[in-house]
Amino acid sequence: MPLLHRIARKDHRPIGFVLDGAPCEGREGDTLLTAILAQRERLRASDFSGEPRAGFCQMGACQDCWVALENGERLRACSTALVAGMRIVTGQRRAA
Amino acid sequence: MSERPQPLIVGAGPAGIRAAQALVAAGLRPLVVDEAPACGGQIYRQRLVPDGRSSRDLYGSEAVKAEALHRDFAALAGRLDYWPQSLLWNLRDGRADIMAEGTSRQVAYDGLVLATGATDRILPIPGWTLPGVFTLGGAQIALKSQGCAIGNRIVFLGSGPLLYLVAWQHMKAGVAVAAVLDTAPFSAKFNLLRGLPLFPEIVLRGMRMTAELRLAGVALHYGVGDVRILGEERVEGIAWGAAGSERRLPCDGIGYGLALRSETQLADLAGCRFAFNARDRAFLPERDAAGRTSMPGVYLAGDGAGIAGADAAERAGELAALALLEDRGLPHDAARAQVLEAELARIGHFREVLESAFPFPPHWATAVADETMLCRCEEVRAGEVRRAVAGFGVHELNRLKAVSRVGMGRCQGRICGAAAAELLAHETGRDLAAVGRLRSQAPVKPIPLTLALDAHREAAE
Ligand SMILES: Cc1cc2nc3c(=O)[nH]c(=O)nc-3n(C[C@H](O)[C@H](O)[C@H](O)COP(=O)(O)OP(=O)(O)OC[C@H]3O[C@@H](n4cnc5c(N)ncnc54)[C@H](O)[C@@H]3O)c2cc1C
Ligand code: FES
Repeated sequence: MPLLHRIARKDHRPIGFVLDGAPCEGREGDTLLTAILAQRERLRASDFSGEPRAGFCQMGACQDCWVALENGERLRACSTALVAGMRIVTGQRRAA
Repeated sequence: MSERPQPLIVGAGPAGIRAAQALVAAGLRPLVVDEAPACGGQIYRQRLVPDGRSSRDLYGSEAVKAEALHRDFAALAGRLDYWPQSLLWNLRDGRADIMAEGTSRQVAYDGLVLATGATDRILPIPGWTLPGVFTLGGAQIALKSQGCAIGNRIVFLGSGPLLYLVAWQHMKAGVAVAAVLDTAPFSAKFNLLRGLPLFPEIVLRGMRMTAELRLAGVALHYGVGDVRILGEERVEGIAWGAAGSERRLPCDGIGYGLALRSETQLADLAGCRFAFNARDRAFLPERDAAGRTSMPGVYLAGDGAGIAGADAAERAGELAALALLEDRGLPHDAARAQVLEAELARIGHFREVLESAFPFPPHWATAVADETMLCRCEEVRAGEVRRAVAGFGVHELNRLKAVSRVGMGRCQGRICGAAAAELLAHETGRDLAAVGRLRSQAPVKPIPLTLALDAHREAAE
């Protein structure tokens, strides 16, 4: 069950992206956080114990929503707009 | 005069916008930077794309103010420089490091207005890191700017005017609100009556919202304590009340917050002197009535200087700009400044009323269980903090950070700092004012390491 439920923009243009290797669709106007949590119930694993996290503040304060692209670039999901073709990986612990 | 660098405004919320407008009106050309992609700040945040909802849908009774701010800021185009999606991450030697589009630039400024706003204040409770728990602000941003609900059955928990506002906004948007759990006793709400003569329309609006929530069948519980959020992989419910009289409710989303805390890191990096503010239970940068700090040329406006709300932020922004003009010996409207000061004083009185109607939970530090996660970045539990305090004889917050890692993580204590201070004060039997405040460090938010190194090298050259 996804964490977020759309009540607007349901029929906006679909934006394709790849989430942990699987093709997915977000909507035009989505942040990464929205695009991911409209499909899933977690965004990342916490740095030390690996417990599930899904952001908290959605305003760039808590830093609990960082995800990575396959190329290693790290992005704050709540303040990054979804771009078609993004290849996102979640669930990674902090690189040693 | 054209030799002087431009004034710099951080934040394009209500405070930053009105500051920019006043500086432009006086013939200056400020640079306005904001992390967000569009102007408006927290309360008047804009969507990334239009979504068929009107500003009335988004901003409710404040739609006129929201539209006016967005419009007035747009009208300044060409007479100021505006860098959206730009993070100001350091201030040193009269220069600002600003990251935009993957690169960092150093900008010299002459006159600095910090209008950095606020975020939710949190006290950790069991289960608060579970997916599906968001701050009240986070729930509101999901709803307003992303058009999403954080659940199909949401509980709103905490204290402060935002608690009822956000619950009401969800109810109006057709989202099922399972309950509003207010940590303050019902009797505290009678204090609102004292606010009637000051701002009747605001008090009455609040009462109407509460009544409409009730009519819609939303359960309102007061004096809620001993709260536990239930679930393994995500939120599944919430429980509250002492053993024996425990209450439980299933839910799949929780919005939680205990009023707001000011975003003060940049004032710290700018070298401003801080003082303890008993009402906000936090150290805040010192400022005079117009927003002048202890540092010449550095001004504060809006919720970043102390929580006062959006209407105050607009006035404080304009007032800080007038102070900047006055200090530069430029013509400025002294009569207008007086009016603004008087209005801000009135809002300040009202803020006292709100504080008594939505009081801070008094017993959190006594009650928080050792297993409760205190710092969600570094994953430090309350018990570890207690042991660090006892074992190392710690009685100051930065020392606590050094020995326990609380507040050392990526959020720089934005989320756990208030709670860490409360717990340290309680454990050492000292006043909150006596345990100090977390020192801010650049970068104030995470930036790519390579950028920080580049900027460092540049500065060294
Ligand atoms: C989600 C939420 C909802 C709220 N709703 C209400 C409400 O309904 N009514 C009310 O009266 N108050 C509300 N508030 C309180 C709110 O803080 C103020 O009313 C109002 O937004 C304050 O205006 P401001 O200009 O001081 O700050 P803000 O509106 O918070 O604007 C500050 C801006 O500064 C930017 N910024 C901060 N630091 C940096 C940096 N280092 N680099 C670049 N940019 C930076 C931020 O991106 C932000 O856009 C709300 C607060 C939140 C968090
Ligand atoms: S959810 Fe808090 S920074 Fe993104």
